[in-house]
Amino acid sequence: MSIQNNRLTKEQYEQNFSDIHPPFESRNAALVEANRCLFCYDAPCTKACPTSINVPKFIKQITTDNIKGSAHTIFSSNIMGAGCSKVCPVEKLCEGSCVFNLMDEPPIPIAKLQRYSTEMAMDKKWQLFERKSSTGKRVAVVGAGPAGLSCAHTLSREGIDVTIYEKEKLGGGLMTYGIAGYKVTPQFCKDEVAYITGIGGIEIKYGKELGKDITLTTLQQEYDAVYLAFGVGLARQLDIPGENLEGMVDAINFIYELRSKGYDKVAVGEKVAVIGMGMTAIDAATQAKRLGASEVTMLYRRTKEEMPCTDVELELALLDGCKVLWLAAPKEALGVNGKLTALRAEVMKLGEPDASGRRSPVPTGEEFVIEVDMVIKAAGQTPYDSLVKESGIDNSWGKVKINHQCATNMKAVFAGGDCVNGGKEVVDAVQAGKDGAAGILDFLNINNK
Amino acid sequence: MASLQSSFLGIQSPNPFWLASAPPTDKKINVLRAFEAGWGGVVWKTLGSQVKNVSSRYSAVDYGGHRVMGFNNIELISDRPLELNLREIEECVRLFPDRAMIVSLMADNDRKSWHELIKKVEDTGAHGLELNFGCPHGMTERGMGAAVGQDPEIAKMVVEWVMEVAKIPVITKLTPNVHSVVPTGKAVVEAGTNGLSLINTIQSVTGVDLDTFVPNPYVAGKSVYGGYCGPAVKPIALKMLTTIAQNEITNKVPISGIGGVSTWKDAAEFMLLGASNVQVCTAAMKHGFRIVEDMCEGLSNWMDEKGFKKLDDFIGRSVNNITHWEDLDINFHWVANINQDKCIHCGLCYIACEDTSHQAINLVQGNPYNTYSIKEAECVGCNLCKLMCPVSDCITMVEQRVAPEYINWKEWQAKGLPLNDH
Repeated sequence: MSIQNNRLTKEQYEQNFSDIHPPFESRNAALVEANRCLFCYDAPCTKACPTSINVPKFIKQITTDNIKGSAHTIFSSNIMGAGCSKVCPVEKLCEGSCVFNLMDEPPIPIAKLQRYSTEMAMDKKWQLFERKSSTGKRVAVVGAGPAGLSCAHTLSREGIDVTIYEKEKLGGGLMTYGIAGYKVTPQFCKDEVAYITGIGGIEIKYGKELGKDITLTTLQQEYDAVYLAFGVGLARQLDIPGENLEGMVDAINFIYELRSKGYDKVAVGEKVAVIGMGMTAIDAATQAKRLGASEVTMLYRRTKEEMPCTDVELELALLDGCKVLWLAAPKEALGVNGKLTALRAEVMKLGEPDASGRRSPVPTGEEFVIEVDMVIKAAGQTPYDSLVKESGIDNSWGKVKINHQCATNMKAVFAGGDCVNGGKEVVDAVQAGKDGAAGILDFLNINNK
Repeated sequence: MASLQSSFLGIQSPNPFWLASAPPTDKKINVLRAFEAGWGGVVWKTLGSQVKNVSSRYSAVDYGGHRVMGFNNIELISDRPLELNLREIEECVRLFPDRAMIVSLMADNDRKSWHELIKKVEDTGAHGLELNFGCPHGMTERGMGAAVGQDPEIAKMVVEWVMEVAKIPVITKLTPNVHSVVPTGKAVVEAGTNGLSLINTIQSVTGVDLDTFVPNPYVAGKSVYGGYCGPAVKPIALKMLTTIAQNEITNKVPISGIGGVSTWKDAAEFMLLGASNVQVCTAAMKHGFRIVEDMCEGLSNWMDEKGFKKLDDFIGRSVNNITHWEDLDINFHWVANINQDKCIHCGLCYIACEDTSHQAINLVQGNPYNTYSIKEAECVGCNLCKLMCPVSDCITMVEQRVAPEYINWKEWQAKGLPLNDH
């Protein structure tokens, strides 16, 4: 057993990481589904979307061959509508609330239709928004992820000059660095960032990290307002013996490598355990399998009832051949010569509900050992604790605290997205960016109504 | 099992489904295929003087993702040699003696031409003639087709010429391109036609190409009005049929119903409103002759369910259920009811009523599903919500009579009862 890269042929990599949700092949195919839409009033799908996309309207616009209008409808609520059509867990959002579910009929494929309109807009480079003449105001945004880009786009439309400081080489944040390759390709992420910034008035300075290359104080001095959208980054530690053995990796780093190197450059174990059952855990497990691991086992402390990922995601992992051990908590990583060889875990049972309302896992004392050479930790992420605290920002366990206007305790400093909520979906971050922009516009006395 | 055997003016066919005079019936190869598929009869595409057709000829109206809700054409009468048509008609009659063979005619507008044409056609052994007084394009500009049907006097004159020589039953086909089909209908019945058929196609423009700005169908950068047919015209055809079925002169002769008949249900509706049989074209042009299978089976099953043994048991049964507005019962009232177990919370009933009717639906916000219920005091029983609801039997209309006794508008006025109750 060993951890190694380049396990597969070029063709196998291509096949394993090809688009999992292929687009409509033709206008007619899209029309068949678009015409099924009932055009609900006060539509449940719209209400279930964190950015409140007017779904019936954009679908109706597909049926009238008004694709430009359709894309505008989507982007005016969600500037990352193209990316969201690929990565949103729609089964628990728009599609999950489609009224057809109540007739036991398949819901309208909203994401696929959204992709149809937004991809056409991106392919044809339709710039659907006009930037108002410059107000002379300047805003700094920290982080070119979904929240930062969404905030920047909204501000730019209102004539504000925005500078985004991004520590990575590319924009897009977790869209670019933290999501499975078979959902969004690196090229798509680049195109999406280019499309969003195509409106003008947005400059992204890459390789600039807050706390290292820039300070909050400088930004406060140089700009009329600052929007913090630096996300979360650190994987939660398991706090078990053996955590430093070679072969113990964290999911964020694992996926980051996948997204920033070629697939054949990413090393994966022969027998892999993934700890956790969120979306990132699924992305890590499926991609470990798709990189050529022979066995992937997912361990989760609770049961299917409590898992954070959706049924569709779980299905994906099972179809990829991943095994799932419910009610199993890691206790110790075992190794030989500093290299991981096995994982000792304990069988759990469900006790009383905890703060999240989910029944909490309780140890039973029964233990087992599985042979592994790689463990991917995906038991949640933690905020950039020290960055936040050193900057003097009011926070809760490292999560930035904001008021109803998205303002922090620091003068002219606003925040939103994962650095505030601790880590949610891309679509939530886009909405946070819109809310942050609204707060900033208000603060700058610019009427965007 | 119910019998579908049809006798129209004594012309027998194993079912009441004929193919209308149109491209599907313009030559032997099609007609034999139709008979093999099970059609009860055909009306052979109109014979007359030689014509030349153009390209293209058809256009359509699509709706909600479905092709051909309506269809139009600018084709003329048969452009094949008369002698060839007559020879093929004779062969078809010989090969399928149990099927009805009607021949549509449109002679030049003089007595001699009509007499000559009729004699030639009768020699084929055909069972009946249909006079094309309805074609709305091309032929009208030559004083034929709808130009005849739109003028009761001319129509009467031509029918009189025809009846002077016709030995087989004569059906006169009426044009809908008039304010009422009754005047021409009366004129031709008085002139002696044995039966009527309606409707022919309706003058139309199906649309304009938004890139070329040329309306449809396209002929070298131009278009003309075409004859409209298909499912879209059925309601208009049913209305015109009913006026003929209710008129005491025109209802003395049997009627062949035409206009958007696509299914056995459509056929049953035409027959309930007075048609003795139906003619079909667009549905066959869309799907082929095989559609007759379900038309026969569906009609037969429905007749069995209703206890009808033969077609005459229900032909005309609904004619008297269409009355005058002033005879409607004003004390009848019903209100909508939403079955909450079936409701899928789409809100279509609500927005229809709220924006365009009587604001009679109550909305309780929910996340993500709102709850909708009827404000009975506001509901006028218009049916709008029920019609918009995508779920069968979710919205039903519940009778709540204002008073037990029948009262119509005239009596209401005479008694000075209050108006403007909503």
